[in-house]
Amino acid sequence: MTSVATPPTASTTAPAPAVEARGVHVHLGASHILRGVDLTVDRGDVVALLGANGSGKSTLVRTLVGVLPPSAGTVRVLGHPLGNAVPWGDVGYVPQRVSVGTTVPSTAAEVVASGLLHGRRLRLPRGWRARARAALDLVGLADRADDATSRLSGGQQQRVLIARALVREPELLVLDEPVAGVDRPSQEAFAATMRRLVGEGLTVLVVLHELGELAPLVTRAVVLRHGRVVHDGAPPRPHGGHDAVGHDHVHPHEPEPFADERGLAHGPITGRPGTEARP
Amino acid sequence: MTLFEELGYMLGDPLMRRALLAALLVGVSAPVVGTYLVQRRLSLLGDGIGHVALTGVALGWMIGAATGLAPNDALAIPGAVVAAIAGSVLIEVVRRRGRTSGDLALAIMFYGGIAGGVLLIGLAGGSSGNLMAYLFGSISTVTTTDLLLTVVLCAVILLVGLGLRAALFSVSHDEEFATASGLPVWALNMAVAVVAALTVTVAMRVVGLLLVSALMIVPVAVGQLVTHSFRRTMLVASLVGVSVCLVGLSLTYWQDVSPGATIVVLAIGVYAAVALLRPLFARRRPAGDPHPDIPDDVEVAGRTPAGARASAAAGSDEECVG
Repeated sequence: MTSVATPPTASTTAPAPAVEARGVHVHLGASHILRGVDLTVDRGDVVALLGANGSGKSTLVRTLVGVLPPSAGTVRVLGHPLGNAVPWGDVGYVPQRVSVGTTVPSTAAEVVASGLLHGRRLRLPRGWRARARAALDLVGLADRADDATSRLSGGQQQRVLIARALVREPELLVLDEPVAGVDRPSQEAFAATMRRLVGEGLTVLVVLHELGELAPLVTRAVVLRHGRVVHDGAPPRPHGGHDAVGHDHVHPHEPEPFADERGLAHGPITGRPGTEARP
Repeated sequence: MTLFEELGYMLGDPLMRRALLAALLVGVSAPVVGTYLVQRRLSLLGDGIGHVALTGVALGWMIGAATGLAPNDALAIPGAVVAAIAGSVLIEVVRRRGRTSGDLALAIMFYGGIAGGVLLIGLAGGSSGNLMAYLFGSISTVTTTDLLLTVVLCAVILLVGLGLRAALFSVSHDEEFATASGLPVWALNMAVAVVAALTVTVAMRVVGLLLVSALMIVPVAVGQLVTHSFRRTMLVASLVGVSVCLVGLSLTYWQDVSPGATIVVLAIGVYAAVALLRPLFARRRPAGDPHPDIPDDVEVAGRTPAGARASAAAGSDEECVG
């Protein structure tokens, strides 16, 4: 059913790729969301996962971190098949932000500290407070550690979720739309943090709607359309086509005035087609 | 007679001592579990389990009567424990299947539990009057065996509820992230469900099945009014739980009223008082820009950027001091 194409940047000498997905199909209810996705993320790569709403970007990353079970295909994370074998302490995941504030209040430090638990580690290690504060410092929120998350702005709440993924010092960071609806200072703080961590060798798989601030860091772009990979290679060149005739502008505009200041990746993608799957 | 003499008489009564000890244990543990339930938006779970536990009581009664055990209700509490655990595990399974039907499943359990209880107690040769003690509490009849059971169950509840607090917080706060961290989410959810069931059965003695949930939830409502951290909400909730249980029970030593109802009314009274008084003590929100690090997007006539900055700076100072 699936013709496996070799990803362009696959290396043969390095340790197992950070992420290796082969022929992944995912069904949610009656809908067939992913239709045979192959994806390899090598160590040290910064891969942007692009595509229109409904193309399956979020479904793919949620499958890769074990939230959704694939109905067919295999997924290996850091060299291990999904499940208890994966060293989850080396994987940081930033889900799409829903409202962080629950009915019971929780401080930013408490939320970040929950990132220290993984696999069979069910209790906080010694010194968790200092580690949570250090992670919050990475995203520029050290002074808000003891504030209720419900008192933070949307962008600050998103940064708390990023700190929660970073607190365990992951080798692989998976982010789902980390800058969607995020205020400008939070976007800049996020980009600065990512520059530093990528410089230290962090592997990143990030779902983005537009490359934006992260464009200089991205080493590869994978584009999904209708649950299939239609491009896997060089990141698309920034293109000022956001307001062009026929541009399918589907995401809701957030109340942030400067979001479109930089060149944004919404132009036609000219890279060669990567993997194709036929139903 | 002075108040101290009265208290001395009360504490000299072995029946009252047992009752107070049971109330103390339940007052501490019920809000601990309640904190997780409120966080998962399952505040009514305790009610659902309570109703199902009634069927368990009647079932235990029926088996006791059929096998000719000395007191007819010897198996009532074990029956309640089994039914409550089965019910809460079932609710958890339904919750995992899909969010929309969870509400409906809970409703069906409410009615099925009560109807089943009344029906079974009739078949066992009793009357629904026999169920009153379980519906509204019967702390004045706590025996040494009951107390022992309460101590053991409360120890289990506190061990799980406090010992696994970080993991249960993670799962209750963001189940998707917990799953992506490789945590045993299913086992942790089941732990909450089972502990909630145990809480319902121990609290049944003190406040009764119909009011169990109030003891788990209302103290948490008080806690979240006055703190902004999960840990402190749990702590305050437990303190409120203990206080209302002990004070409420003591009041019934002098006034012949239902202990369970007194405790719950007291808890709601504390909530109302805290909610009313809170504005007087709450730290004032800064008058300026709540997000001083974010530049204003549009200029508004009559409010210069410099002025906005200054008030924002003042606001953030005030916040740091408070």
